[in-house]
Amino acid sequence: MFVLPFYVVFAVAFGSVDKVFRLPVPYYAPWWWSFGTFNQTLTKFYEYPHIYQDPLIRTFEYVIAASVICLVLGYAVAYYTARYATRYKGLILILLVSPFWISYLMRIYAWQGLLDAGGPINKLLQPVGFGDTRFLEGKPVTVILGLVYGYIPFMILPIYASLDRIQESLLEAGRDLGGSGASTFWRVTLPLSRPAILAGIVIVTLPMFGDYYTNDLLGTTKTSMFGNLIAQQREASGGSTQAASLVLILSVIVLLPMLYYLRETKRQVEQA
Amino acid sequence: MSVAVAPSRPRGIKGYIRNPWRRPRFLQATTILYLLWSLLPVVLAIIFSFNAGRSRVVWQGPSLTWWIRDPTDSILHDAAIKTAMVQTYKLSILTVLIAVPIGTLFAIGIDRWHGRPARTANFVMLLSFVVPEIILGVSLYILFTSLFANTIALGTNAQLLGLVSYQISYPVIIVRARLLSIGPEYEEAAMDLGATSGQAIRRVLLPLLAPAIFASVALVFADCVDDFVTVSALSGAADSETLAQKIYSAARASPTPEINAAATVMLVTTLLVIAVGVLFYKRFSRGQEFGGATDFAQL
Repeated sequence: MFVLPFYVVFAVAFGSVDKVFRLPVPYYAPWWWSFGTFNQTLTKFYEYPHIYQDPLIRTFEYVIAASVICLVLGYAVAYYTARYATRYKGLILILLVSPFWISYLMRIYAWQGLLDAGGPINKLLQPVGFGDTRFLEGKPVTVILGLVYGYIPFMILPIYASLDRIQESLLEAGRDLGGSGASTFWRVTLPLSRPAILAGIVIVTLPMFGDYYTNDLLGTTKTSMFGNLIAQQREASGGSTQAASLVLILSVIVLLPMLYYLRETKRQVEQA
Repeated sequence: MSVAVAPSRPRGIKGYIRNPWRRPRFLQATTILYLLWSLLPVVLAIIFSFNAGRSRVVWQGPSLTWWIRDPTDSILHDAAIKTAMVQTYKLSILTVLIAVPIGTLFAIGIDRWHGRPARTANFVMLLSFVVPEIILGVSLYILFTSLFANTIALGTNAQLLGLVSYQISYPVIIVRARLLSIGPEYEEAAMDLGATSGQAIRRVLLPLLAPAIFASVALVFADCVDDFVTVSALSGAADSETLAQKIYSAARASPTPEINAAATVMLVTTLLVIAVGVLFYKRFSRGQEFGGATDFAQL
């Protein structure tokens, strides 16, 4: 009774990854694999005209910038909610969680409207002298803020959960032992929430690496990211092999953070 | 739940004037601004679905043009949007019907089989939470266009298989967490009282698992309605496009408030399903040590 679904899930989970090489004239036996197209894809990263290099570098820049903003802003919000939000805690939590249930596309679509050339944001900025900023024409800031907007809830929740679990007595002990508010924060709260911070960073960066719709809606080819390369190749006729190679490269990039996250999750489950 | 550190500093207006930037206040402002920033754009997008004009950014008075009035471009009369809606809900319902039962059984299976296979299975389940969705989507696309090119065509079937394999980890992980906290005692008691193992599962274990199953149904459904990457990678002809795909392609061309209306329909469905899920979850787990909405959200 359990063997069949078990087997099917395995077949699906592993099968899809295994099939990556076998395209579009599939070589099903590993000893027949040829690395020609894969090499071709690789050279596009480092040989002139660098078709793939720029998006790759950009992806790293955007992902790092967006995760840093996510962390700082997310930590502040999580800290306030865990520590100080007494009466409205339930409401704040619901509001913090609600973006999860609003389609990502709709949220980005909403921003696309707001940032439009004749849109509300430009009208608001008019008195300050930035009235006709072309936010949607390949501005890195727009794409980075879009990424932050899209993924920050994933940062806030784990940090909130860990801060909420820190016992009051530990903080009191810190204060009793002569620590100021700030030093208690740096020496007690922050170290205790470190695992959650790392988990949060991993959980926001992983989807950002594969993201392509944010840039499709808020940017242009000037801001295209690694995910855009994959999406374009998949849509292009005969691009499957390249798409497959790119997917492999992306998998290698995200492998380490992924394994880290899985190991941490496992450790937490075992501790609980 | 932690109680706030009682501030001994003066509160109210006096305290504010003395130090307007003191931490709670600064953090409070940040939190409030964050919440506004995170939700206001969506609220505005919903409001603009009632715009009278063609613009989704310049308000031209309220109207139901894009909902029911316009004979071709309102979501009530636009055939393409209606097809997309049917496709979205069809896929979501079918995915729930397939993924939740299999996932539940699978969770029970992992729970009983200790050792290596169970660990591996668990690992795979967690993996699909963290893998960038494009990796899975494009891999499945390649699978269906090469190995299964002659058996399963791109379109509804491929989309369904893709969604099921992506979503099955929800029920597995949620049901398994619940199983771990229930422990084997109830089932053993039932069997001591003469139940067969099948009866024990059906009459003792499944009712105990009901909250977790409801939670999975709600989560899987909501996630399927919102899914874009997997569904668009595996869609075939135009009639297998979902609402999310319509939003995406319209957003890249010249969207009208009709798209806002379609997105609003999507949003209302997912929020309703989640709300019903939370209610059921609370009702079924009443009197047990499981909490409410926050628990549910963290799953």
